[in-house]
Amino acid sequence: MNQWNNFSKGFFKENAVFTLLLGMCPTLGVTSSAFDGLGMGLATTFVLVMANLVIALIKNLIPDKVRIPAFIVVIATFVTIVEMTMQAYLPDLFESLGLFIPLIVVNCLVLGRAEAFASKNNIGSSIIDGLGMGLGFAMALTILGALREILGSGKVFGTMIFPEDYGMLVFVLAPGAFIALGYLIAFINHVKKEA
Amino acid sequence: MEYVLIVISAIFVNNIVLSQFLGICPFLGVSKKISTGIGMTGAVTFVMVIATIVTFFIQKAVLEPFGVEYLQTITFILVIASLVQLVEIILKKVSPPLYQALGVFLPLITTNCAILGVAILALGLEDTNIVKSVVFAMSHAVGFGLALVTFAGIREQLDLMDVPKGMRGTPIALVVAGLLALAFMGFAGIV
Repeated sequence: MNQWNNFSKGFFKENAVFTLLLGMCPTLGVTSSAFDGLGMGLATTFVLVMANLVIALIKNLIPDKVRIPAFIVVIATFVTIVEMTMQAYLPDLFESLGLFIPLIVVNCLVLGRAEAFASKNNIGSSIIDGLGMGLGFAMALTILGALREILGSGKVFGTMIFPEDYGMLVFVLAPGAFIALGYLIAFINHVKKEA
Repeated sequence: MEYVLIVISAIFVNNIVLSQFLGICPFLGVSKKISTGIGMTGAVTFVMVIATIVTFFIQKAVLEPFGVEYLQTITFILVIASLVQLVEIILKKVSPPLYQALGVFLPLITTNCAILGVAILALGLEDTNIVKSVVFAMSHAVGFGLALVTFAGIREQLDLMDVPKGMRGTPIALVVAGLLALAFMGFAGIV
């Protein structure tokens, strides 16, 4: 497989959110605005790339039977780094993502890539795979966040598109997350069938 | 009274799945039949309560005295992962019928973010103690069960409906979950 395909598969063909339905908790939980979605996506991308890198490096040293706990320790280490860095430099984002930052550790996407890709491939392709899947995830979260922000409060990234009074508040709240993602996936399935 | 408020708030007002978005994977994954939904709820309740008790003592007896709270994520997830294995082994030996009922769901629970989420949330309660944490964990588990079983019931009916082609499968399930969440929003403000 050439490296470009390896990178680009995360955006459309094997997109974590729209196709594989991995990492649904942060997808629904933090996308009440486009900015939060982007922040979460990039934090996950960092963890994914670093975890893939380290796991590809040490894959021959880990006995097969304890590989899952070993992967979890590697992932948890990078999650802790993200958590501390974000608390220090981006306290506002840290506040609004809240509980979902430590929960990156149980995001099935990260463990899934470690198990399915990084433990079988070399360092270079593992990094590219992590980058592609991570940015694809970030893209999905940003799209969903922007959609909910427009429908709910008439803004994108805080810039007003139409007055807030015309917004449908429900899209910023919990039910809107499920409904918006449902229709988004239906739309993407439709586009895929046409293509 | 305080405990009653915790229970009502955890089950209805701040339902773990429908308003806090934890445990979405099993919520979407094992909700095709009511019976599997009930099995999953049993396993989650079991592990959630034990995990909350164990992580509570680790936080109070190890992490806080030594001032290493930043290791919380890494310790808790390891404890939960090994706990799930342990529960599986003990259950297999002590109660084969229960193992038969819950067995298949146990390995899935390690990556259920509701377990880690509730363990962390329980430590954030006001003047927290062990009884309060257990009540907190148990009522969140009941809330999870309520959402999961209701959703499974709707999905069983949904199989018989004529759903538009593009909406079949996940999209319609998500929209149904959204409507369910809308119904649960009606409880907002009662606590």
